[in-house]
Amino acid sequence: MGFIALIDAGAGNLRSAVRALLAAGAADVRVTGDPALVRAADRIVLPGQGAFAACMAGLAREDLHAALEHTVRTQGRPFLGICVGMQVLAARGLEHGETAGLGWIGGDCRLLQAGAERLPHIGWNQATPARAHPVLDALAPSAFVYFAHSYVLDGEAGAAWTEHGERFASAVARDNILGVQFHPEKSQRVGLALLARFLSWRP
Amino acid sequence: MLTIRIIPCLDVKDGRVVKGVQFANLVDAGDPAEQAALYDAQCADEVCFLDISASQDGRGTLLDSVRRTADRCFTPLTVGGGVRAVEDVRALLLAGADKAAINTAAVARPALIDECAARFGAQCIVVAIDAKETAPGRWEIFTHGGARASGIDAVAFAIEAAERGAGELLVTSMDRDGTKTGYDIALLQAITSRVRTPVIASGGAGTLAHLVEAVREGGASAVLAASIFHFGTYTLDQARRALAGAGAPVRTV
Repeated sequence: MGFIALIDAGAGNLRSAVRALLAAGAADVRVTGDPALVRAADRIVLPGQGAFAACMAGLAREDLHAALEHTVRTQGRPFLGICVGMQVLAARGLEHGETAGLGWIGGDCRLLQAGAERLPHIGWNQATPARAHPVLDALAPSAFVYFAHSYVLDGEAGAAWTEHGERFASAVARDNILGVQFHPEKSQRVGLALLARFLSWRP
Repeated sequence: MLTIRIIPCLDVKDGRVVKGVQFANLVDAGDPAEQAALYDAQCADEVCFLDISASQDGRGTLLDSVRRTADRCFTPLTVGGGVRAVEDVRALLLAGADKAAINTAAVARPALIDECAARFGAQCIVVAIDAKETAPGRWEIFTHGGARASGIDAVAFAIEAAERGAGELLVTSMDRDGTKTGYDIALLQAITSRVRTPVIASGGAGTLAHLVEAVREGGASAVLAASIFHFGTYTLDQARRALAGAGAPVRTV
């Protein structure tokens, strides 16, 4: 039986993510920044709070970045990025200057154009899947999930959409890579259902 | 559309939920982890855990109590009390908090807001403002659990906190706290009209109409209440229905 590597990039609410994954049915979740463990993991979850640059700096430690590239991109193991863990899938982050991202999805991570709405975007809002997806189907047709962010991943790659002043990508998906802007670990029943689908996902 | 949040607040002293009137005369209202589990089951939009003994007694936040509480809910949890440094926020997050509320320390040294926002992101940092009306249309901040006047204007400080990177402002009227006579709408208006940051209304909720008022007239993004939920006066469902009935967006659960 394999395990899930929950990546510790230095600023996340890791305990919440661990508890939610266990409640969703995971047998073994290891919080780690150890490249060897990342390479051995069945699935990778990158939770994230904090700034884009801080998260990328956390991933740059001790060849962690190389281990992630290998496990996710070469081996094709299922990857879930949460919040900033989704944003770093961009090619560039534009929060406090320009920072290179992982680039696995592409596009820019830029400030949400909230218009007359308040910022940060904090609270429960609806995420509507753009198409069928084995994991994101947990949101269909349009579930309330919990958001806490000011930046969004800009691009064409929306796999789910949400409105707050503008329509932004609340999820992105490509092959074995999935990113969600909201917090499934804090989205009660819907969030746990989404995590359970991620755990049995065979992309 | 982003919905209005209804947030039950656990005021915790020495590991027990307490509720007082105007920050004094505390009565026991149970175990925080048990209470949090009940609110999780009722689909609270968030739960707020404030360790009200931390600043007064000079002790750190009760991390163990936070851990037990976080373990019982899949609901976003804000924890405040005794946060003095960036590392205190990190410790709260590791214990299971999703957001940290800073009060006394941010008033004493506002740069702490910048430091915490830079490290954890603005969305993680709540600045708690305890205000008392000292003249008509003027509110002053009190710190150390409401025990000490700061001489600082609450509205000016709210603007500064937002500029420094506070993700939310938790605005408590000390005049109204525990009185069940309604939120201080003028205080909420004074702040929500001047900042773009979400504001959580706190202090004074006694009826469901008060929740509606805070949103419709006060411009609050979230309503926080303690006694009306702890003592079973109203359920969260009743609160949701009251807000929805008044045209405020709420989550369907």
